[in-house]
Amino acid sequence: MTLEIAPRRFRSIRLRKLKSDVLLGMLWLAGLIAVVPLLLIVGYVLAKGVPAINAAFFTETAPPPAVPGGGMAQAFVGTGMIVGIATLISVPLGVLTAIYLSEFGRGRLAAGVRFVAEILLSTPSIVAGAFIWALVVVAMHSFSALAGAIALTVLMWPIITRATEETLRLVPTELREGALALGSPRWKMVLRIVLPTAGSGILTAVMLAVARGFGETAPILLTSLGNDFMNADPLQPTDAVPLRVYNYAQSAFPQWQTLAWGGAITLLAAVLVLSIGARILSDRQRRRLG
Amino acid sequence: MKGLDVLGLDAWYGADHILRDVRMAIRPGTITAIIGPSGCGKSTLLRCFNRMHEEVPGARVAGSVMFDGWDMYAPSSDPVDVRRHIGMVFQRPNPFPTMTVLENVVAGLRLQGRYDRATMLEAAEQAMRSAGIWDELKDRLDRPGGRLSGGQQQRVCIARALAVRPEMLLMDEPASALDPVSTQQIEDTVQELKRSITIVIVTHNMQQAARVSDYTAFMLREDPRRPSVLVEYDETRHMFTNPSHKRTEAYITGRFG
Ligand SMILES: Nc1ncnc2c1ncn2[C@@H]1O[C@H](COP(=O)(O)OP(=O)(O)OP(=O)(O)O)[C@@H](O)[C@H]1O
Ligand SMILES: [Mg+2]
Repeated sequence: MTLEIAPRRFRSIRLRKLKSDVLLGMLWLAGLIAVVPLLLIVGYVLAKGVPAINAAFFTETAPPPAVPGGGMAQAFVGTGMIVGIATLISVPLGVLTAIYLSEFGRGRLAAGVRFVAEILLSTPSIVAGAFIWALVVVAMHSFSALAGAIALTVLMWPIITRATEETLRLVPTELREGALALGSPRWKMVLRIVLPTAGSGILTAVMLAVARGFGETAPILLTSLGNDFMNADPLQPTDAVPLRVYNYAQSAFPQWQTLAWGGAITLLAAVLVLSIGARILSDRQRRRLG
Repeated sequence: MKGLDVLGLDAWYGADHILRDVRMAIRPGTITAIIGPSGCGKSTLLRCFNRMHEEVPGARVAGSVMFDGWDMYAPSSDPVDVRRHIGMVFQRPNPFPTMTVLENVVAGLRLQGRYDRATMLEAAEQAMRSAGIWDELKDRLDRPGGRLSGGQQQRVCIARALAVRPEMLLMDEPASALDPVSTQQIEDTVQELKRSITIVIVTHNMQQAARVSDYTAFMLREDPRRPSVLVEYDETRHMFTNPSHKRTEAYITGRFG
């Protein structure tokens, strides 16, 4: 009896091991497939873009077609201005919304706000752009950096709100109760205990949102339009790096195409730095609270 | 010193009725121990004494509690105000991790807006002396509050509660997460504090209740579908030598719970 069963058991164990190995191999492959495109993209952009990077690239404005040289200075300034304004609006707004949702909001209003943030989070960015075009550009009779910033705010606010709310919820109840039991008003407990404890988590949320803002093209195109010249007036049409990349990439001039790759590199670098920074911060935060 | 008059208190978590008609008078300048099996509502009762209970979403209280003649559940009473008079120490030490030892001790003063640098250090020293931790930590005041031993953390939390000069201190099993030496230190601190402040302490430990308290309250939930009641409330020495109720006797002699 046992003699008969034993070999069969062995066979089934071997089979199971084989199945496990095959599955593990497939998982490895899936992981590899996920990573390969990223490496390819980074490698390709680097190869194409590095030749574009020189001093002129950062200091000169858009060259006329077929004239050598030139750079994207106006686009860097424009992106800085648009993303800067968007950050100035969306960070206070997003953090305050998150505080409301996690610390004060109960009932219908909170549910409504959370729902709106949820919807905006999955709204295609071009829709946000079109909406702000209709609302701001048409009303002000002009494309502008400000309109671009407002369009980006529509995209960045929900990111900051959601991510911040999640970090605030990670702050242990015991700390909140500790503060309240000391006779602290609720708002002071939030300001002095909850926010500092959540600290770098909030910074992470901001960095993720800013990274998103850097790369957006469609909403900027519909609201800020672009500009060949240096512009520092937020009420005027303004250039942006992704916009430049989009325009130059479609052009027939090799030198414009090179500039497009240069722009792509800087965007990629900015987004990578922000994402990796956000990752490091959130790991540190988790360790501190864990 | 001030005491507490509990005049028929009921408490709920959502639809769960936890406490029914608790009546007791906590005498000024005494130490009162609350004992009872796990889950009978000791923490809940304690949290009703400084209106922390209502911080749990859905939690509710009915009845009234008088603090030296002040109806602290009256509509005109502010829970923040109540907590400034009645401090609390939690079962698990909860120093603020972003603050140093010193900042932790004076956190209550700052949170209450009583911000005065000159007197702050003085208040901190006094509170830390009362909590029996000054000599141990006076050279480490700028250490992060979370980087202390559990016993030190808990005594920093006691100092933090004392620094705002409450008239009453509620302690929810303050030593249950600590080793015997730290437990002893906390008990000594409690004995010392009794001279200046009224104390209510929840404990699982019969010996501890017998050692430190003047009065003992025994709570019990006889039927899991019904709320807990206060079975017996009496002088500790009387309760531990000659309890009036069979259930009390059974519990303190360790026959259940
Ligand atoms: N936040 C809460 N939400 C809902 N129910 C709760 C909550 N906290 C406690 N309860 C319930 O209330 C009852 C009393 O809990 P409580 O914590 O007051 O008991 P306890 O006597 O302090 O127990 P222990 O000795 O284990 O600390 C328990 O049945 C518990 O399940
Ligand atoms: Mg308890």
